Amino acid sequence: MNFFEVVRFSLRGLSANKLRSALTMLGILIGVAAVILLVAVGNGSAKAISDRIEALGTNTITVMSTGRGGSSSTALTKEMADALVDAELAPDVKSVSPVVSSSSATMTYEGSDHSVATFVGTTPSWFAASTTPVGKGTAFSADDVDQGRRVVVIGQTVAEELFPGVDPIDKQVTVGGALFTIVGVLQEKSSTGFNDANDTAVAPLTAVQQVLTGYGALTSIIVEAADPDKVDAAQSEVSTILNQKLDVAASSASTPYRIQNASSLLETQTETADTFTTLLGAVAAISLLVGGIGITNIMLVTVTERTREIGIRKALGAPRRVILTQFLIEASLLSVLGGALGVAAALIGSQFEIVGVKPVIVPSSIGYAVGVSIAIGLFFGGLPAARAARLRPIDALRYE
Amino acid sequence: MSKPVLQVTDLTKIYGQGEATVHALRGVSATVHRGDYVAIMGSSGSGKSTLMNILGALDIPTSGRYLLDGVDVSKLSDGQLALARNRLIGFIFQSFNLIPRTTALANVELPLAYAGVKPKERRRRAMEALDVVGLAGRADHEPNQLSGGQQQRVAVARALVTEPALLLADEPTGNLDSKSTDDVLQVFDDLSTAGRTIVIITHEDEVGARAKRLIRLVDGSIVTDVRQSPIHLPPVGAQHKAQGRATVGGRHTL
Repeated sequence: MNFFEVVRFSLRGLSANKLRSALTMLGILIGVAAVILLVAVGNGSAKAISDRIEALGTNTITVMSTGRGGSSSTALTKEMADALVDAELAPDVKSVSPVVSSSSATMTYEGSDHSVATFVGTTPSWFAASTTPVGKGTAFSADDVDQGRRVVVIGQTVAEELFPGVDPIDKQVTVGGALFTIVGVLQEKSSTGFNDANDTAVAPLTAVQQVLTGYGALTSIIVEAADPDKVDAAQSEVSTILNQKLDVAASSASTPYRIQNASSLLETQTETADTFTTLLGAVAAISLLVGGIGITNIMLVTVTERTREIGIRKALGAPRRVILTQFLIEASLLSVLGGALGVAAALIGSQFEIVGVKPVIVPSSIGYAVGVSIAIGLFFGGLPAARAARLRPIDALRYE
Repeated sequence: MSKPVLQVTDLTKIYGQGEATVHALRGVSATVHRGDYVAIMGSSGSGKSTLMNILGALDIPTSGRYLLDGVDVSKLSDGQLALARNRLIGFIFQSFNLIPRTTALANVELPLAYAGVKPKERRRRAMEALDVVGLAGRADHEPNQLSGGQQQRVAVARALVTEPALLLADEPTGNLDSKSTDDVLQVFDDLSTAGRTIVIITHEDEVGARAKRLIRLVDGSIVTDVRQSPIHLPPVGAQHKAQGRATVGGRHTL
């Protein structure tokens, strides 16, 4: 009796109860597809986050003040920013951009107005440091900053809101009672989540301080390192200079400012995303387990229902091994077919965006899900199969 | 004479323990030689089914020796028992015990499949066996499309397809009407005429009368063992052989 023959017996056994077999397979299918797809969604969102963070620039450091209010002793000032540009003390710093930002600026153009989510005042180096290139028109120059000229570069959302179908370059808008001339439009940035990265406007630091924020503390200082590998060196140089300026003892654990760099941000975000992915995977794994229990249940029912048949087969000389193999194959076929269909379903499902996230299939999750489903088939199917094979023919035949 | 097909010595079988002990067999000894056609008769509870199950290697005796074709069955392992059931015994049950949703041909092929016979050869031999019982025309019918008598004849074909040393039938006509009983018994007569060794269990006198040898069992012991016709001649029932063949051949179209 060869293996192929046993497979044929198993197929006949499965096809005798098509609906039952199909429903059992559906259980495994859903389990496998859920594992693969949910892990892919988790992975996809992690990837989207890391893409966004990398878009911020991996060689930039952001210095932010932790002090509340306008306390002058802890505030970041333009002087500090200037002090960071020091070839000797900070050789790894490429550029420094002091930033003030306002979230309550309303831009008006010919009677229509738009509330700009973030109105940034900075220096020209900011465009490179924050990887926010200008798409149309030009950025403002260092001269514009020195002179406090009221020029502005607006984001895509602002351009669409205020200038639908009109070229915004050289148009004049009113912000905080002052006229600003639009010199450029930022390139569209991909943005996910609630914050629209395109709902922004960038103007010279001096102009913004004059019109909107006043000459107080800076919101942050963006420092660009000379090289992505030198971010850590640049960071320590920056903190040394700032400690000096702010009279912080070298041994002091707390500083009145906070330094963030993209890679540390990336790390935290990736950790969060990994937790998220694990959680999703665990939920999906439970459904796979439930599918496995479904197989056990069906195999137990099948064995019980076919006890007489097993008795007949044994009376006709079927060895224990053949009976065991037959039922094992039946269970394995259910799980393997279900698993394969589940993989197919997951691959098809991953072509679509799910809750705003483009799933990115993790190849190992396919192997894992299919492996587990086969193991479930063999293990949970093995139990009833072993029971069937152990039956004494006389007991099996007497079974009603 | 050659070695006996079946030889049992002092066979006992006890069910249960303590006060509930039932002595189903109390020392049964018998020898069946090649070509014999033995009917074992007894009333309900006489132990004949127990004896049958032991002879068919489906059950094991509490004590005693059972030689099947010279092999001591009690010493066989599980795998060897399966082999013995496959090669040495053809079992026919009262309730037919065909595998449901499986064609007559596939049912007859089954023991050959377990014996490892190649599909082509298997098909040929299964068709031959179905032809012997007059059901070659119903090869692709499933059990629920066949009458009781036809199902039992398929079961007989399945039992004899492996050319076993011994055909064992447990009340083969118990579930059949008189016409089907005739059909099935005719098949047994033909097989006996062809030299097959048959042991049949029954409580019907009509069935017992056609065998060459009649053993009566009462309360787990043999009370009479009568030879009704010589072992080397066709059984009494086969005297209408030519006519019977025609009947079997004709009825399968019903």
